[in-house]
Amino acid sequence: MQDLGIRVLFEGSNLLRLLGGLWITVKIALISVAISFVLGIFLGIIMTFKNPVTKAITRLYLEFVRIMPQLVLLFLVYFGLTRAFNINLSGQLSAIIVFVVWGTAEMGDLVRSALISISKHQYESGTALGLTNLQVYRYIIIPQTVRRLLPLSINLMTRMVKTTSLIVLIGVVEVLKVGQQIIEANRYTAPSGALWIYGTIFLLYFIVCFPISRLAGRLEKRWMN
Amino acid sequence: MKKLKRILSSALVLILAITLFAGCGAAGSSSADSSAAKTSSAGNTAAGTARSLEDIKSSGKVIIGVFSDKAPFGYVDEKGAYQGYDVYFANRIGKDLGVDVEFVSVEPASRVEYLKTGKVDIILANFTVNEERAQSVDFALPYMKVALGVVSPDKSLITDVAQLNGKTLIVAKGTTAETYFTKNHPEVKLLKFDQYTETYNALLDGRGDAFSTDNTEVLAWALQNKGFKVGIESLGSLDTIAPAVQKGNTGLLNWLNDEIKTLGKENFFHKNFEETLAPVYGDAVDPDSLVVESGVVEK
Repeated sequence: MQDLGIRVLFEGSNLLRLLGGLWITVKIALISVAISFVLGIFLGIIMTFKNPVTKAITRLYLEFVRIMPQLVLLFLVYFGLTRAFNINLSGQLSAIIVFVVWGTAEMGDLVRSALISISKHQYESGTALGLTNLQVYRYIIIPQTVRRLLPLSINLMTRMVKTTSLIVLIGVVEVLKVGQQIIEANRYTAPSGALWIYGTIFLLYFIVCFPISRLAGRLEKRWMN
Repeated sequence: MKKLKRILSSALVLILAITLFAGCGAAGSSSADSSAAKTSSAGNTAAGTARSLEDIKSSGKVIIGVFSDKAPFGYVDEKGAYQGYDVYFANRIGKDLGVDVEFVSVEPASRVEYLKTGKVDIILANFTVNEERAQSVDFALPYMKVALGVVSPDKSLITDVAQLNGKTLIVAKGTTAETYFTKNHPEVKLLKFDQYTETYNALLDGRGDAFSTDNTEVLAWALQNKGFKVGIESLGSLDTIAPAVQKGNTGLLNWLNDEIKTLGKENFFHKNFEETLAPVYGDAVDPDSLVVESGVVEK
């Protein structure tokens, strides 16, 4: 039976289907990451404002998203919107919305912490040199923030890639689900197929996440000098 | 900087307002379940109302929720096409409606929700009929039945519950088999395990005299393991499996019921069994222990 397992992987278009599932995973993750990183930076800046109203609102938003499991958010957007307002979104669009809402909140908090970690004298020295507020941000604060932000945001990015395995519950068939379909379809003929399929999926996730971490490591090193 | 601040703040407030609004709306809707059913008769503009029979026909496709990882009932083959007992029936429904079938892959936990929001027209995903579910969806006539089965070694095959008296029966925790034997046959000694693989291993090792769980499951297993046979194919309370539609979608429900009755005349589900289940179960299974024709369940 042992040698039968790997056969499952190459039967029909199984491997192609796995790659197709991976594409859906990567597509949703990348779109969400791109949007939420941009929005997150703005949110992070807003979070550092001293204004009590923006503080309360951003705090509420962040806590709401943090407390809610992503699965609940997915159900709220996919099923909830349809029930409440008859807005019928596709599973993929719902997934992207949820990931953006979640990613923006998390990213915003990372940006906020990176911003406040830059000591006050950096701002003051900039102003003393006669720079405007915008210039202080552009030339002093943001470059330093980005360097501190990088490892944290890469972590968030890989987390978002991995969390896409939840979206199968709103009917989006991504790489993990395709894998389970293949395993189940061959449950009686090749019981050891599961190991091969899960192994392949592990490899696919690795192929996606590893270059991201490597790139981040490289950038970090380059900026050190 | 001030201007930027103001723009950002107002944009943020807007986004948040929308999100919160959506959140509250959705949370409130769970209490409005019953009203969704009522409004469905009032008109099609209400939120998440299922499509009527006419809507489906004029749109040219019926959307059916099936499992994509429950072989041999609903699964995806190596070419990426949906297959299985449920799917075979779904394709026939499409053919008789004169429309294309669009399959949606559903999970056990989200089946009811798909119907409630009208995201699928019919659920055909091994949906066991029970009281609780019948309150939120409408079940059509059954097309399959499941009961408990008992598998034991050929050498000391158990064909009657009475034979189990004083013997050790293996069950998996939390299954209907555990509940059934604890309640109805306290004289049988139970050996309980958390996982299915453990139960099968225990049976192979001879730690118990027999093993009981859903008959579809033991039948398929016995086929793969020489020296074991399912001596009791149908035991305990008989559960039926039926198509489900959104509550209040009477037009589609009636059509489905008529369809199942009509198909019964040509023994459609026996043919379905031959095509989809027989390759897995072979001759080991009597089709009549699983298949229900015309929605009539015989004990």
